[in-house]
Amino acid sequence: MAPVATDTLVRTLVERAETVRAAWLEAAAAELHGRTTRGELEREQSDILDALLDGLRAGGTTLSDAAFDQLRGILADVSAARARLGFTPRETAIGVFALKEGLYRLTSDDDVAVDVTPLLRLVDDLGLFTFETYAAAREAIISEQAEQLLELSTPVVKLWEGVVAVPLVGTLDSARTQVVMEKLLNTLVDTGSEHAIIDITGVPAVDTQVAQHLLKTVVAARLMGAECTISGIRPQIAQTIVALGIEFGDIRTRATLADALVDALRANGRTASAGVPA
Amino acid sequence: MTAATSETAERLPVRADSDVVKVRQLVRSLAQQARLSLVDQTKLVTAASELARNTLVYGGGGEAEVELVSDGARTGVRAVFSDEGPGIPDLDLALTDGWTSGSGLGLGLSGSRRLVQHFAIDTAPGVGTRVEIATWSR
Repeated sequence: MAPVATDTLVRTLVERAETVRAAWLEAAAAELHGRTTRGELEREQSDILDALLDGLRAGGTTLSDAAFDQLRGILADVSAARARLGFTPRETAIGVFALKEGLYRLTSDDDVAVDVTPLLRLVDDLGLFTFETYAAAREAIISEQAEQLLELSTPVVKLWEGVVAVPLVGTLDSARTQVVMEKLLNTLVDTGSEHAIIDITGVPAVDTQVAQHLLKTVVAARLMGAECTISGIRPQIAQTIVALGIEFGDIRTRATLADALVDALRANGRTASAGVPA
Repeated sequence: MTAATSETAERLPVRADSDVVKVRQLVRSLAQQARLSLVDQTKLVTAASELARNTLVYGGGGEAEVELVSDGARTGVRAVFSDEGPGIPDLDLALTDGWTSGSGLGLGLSGSRRLVQHFAIDTAPGVGTRVEIATWSR
């Protein structure tokens, strides 16, 4: 693009800024009615337009140019904010694409003789960039939530003096097993417990991977001197495990958490009563 | 299997761990629709989980196709797992309990066969693997 054309373009844009902005605002506000206020949109748009003009003056032609650094920053902020507020992708991009309405309004004036095509292309780029940052922000939110869920879904609770339990709910994959194992082993040390109960009532299916993860956790707990019981094995799970051919070996399993607790208390009681004077 | 009329099959990609979960959920919901007993449901879901993971881990990703099937008197669920991975060079060995080419327990493929009523495997080295399973209501 010849720099002369850019100069004319910028001058026209500055002169006709009000026309462009009015049409832009109108188009965006029509779509975003009730989601955001006119005032917010106006502020946002004047920020974008200023940054756009600055970039054009600095000789920027495509959005990836260094001249548009500030513009990209503003767009990224806007779309990340919208992603967090739960705007749809359409509602996020429309704020930028509506700028085209302003440019069309500009060309429909007879006395304006300027080619806005390069600018239209730039607006498309802006829109795509908005989309990209919106998607990236959403991805970030999702992985954040997944991480929180990972933490949330693996509590280690103290059931009794010397007895801790992990009620597992949902799918047990490698990442969760790692978290569970770490938490369980740490809690064993912190509470000085000798019994750990892993309750799988909330695990919908025990396949070989889940079983392998369970076995590893049990072995690790045993290495630390704790006795580990797996409880909450429902009839259909028991039949599935047998059909699959998984061997739990000498690992203690119980049908319910209550059974496992009684077992642990009985074992504990023996040692505790030995120390308590009659 | 007997000539069965199939309703619309659902295809799911198996490209990541989360896809295995999706396959499992789909199989479970169809198994409930087919009125399989709780034990059969759990067995079928577990087999689907094993095979989907095999598709992912050993086949390098592929596709799962799950459908509700009916032969008039009974309804059932059929699932097909296919990949275009390295295939299985020695099927007899792969179906041996406890043998694994990876780091698992070596029970996934052989165990799955015992979990379902119908089990068919079609594989060739370098071409890929296709496993079909089905369980019918009693």
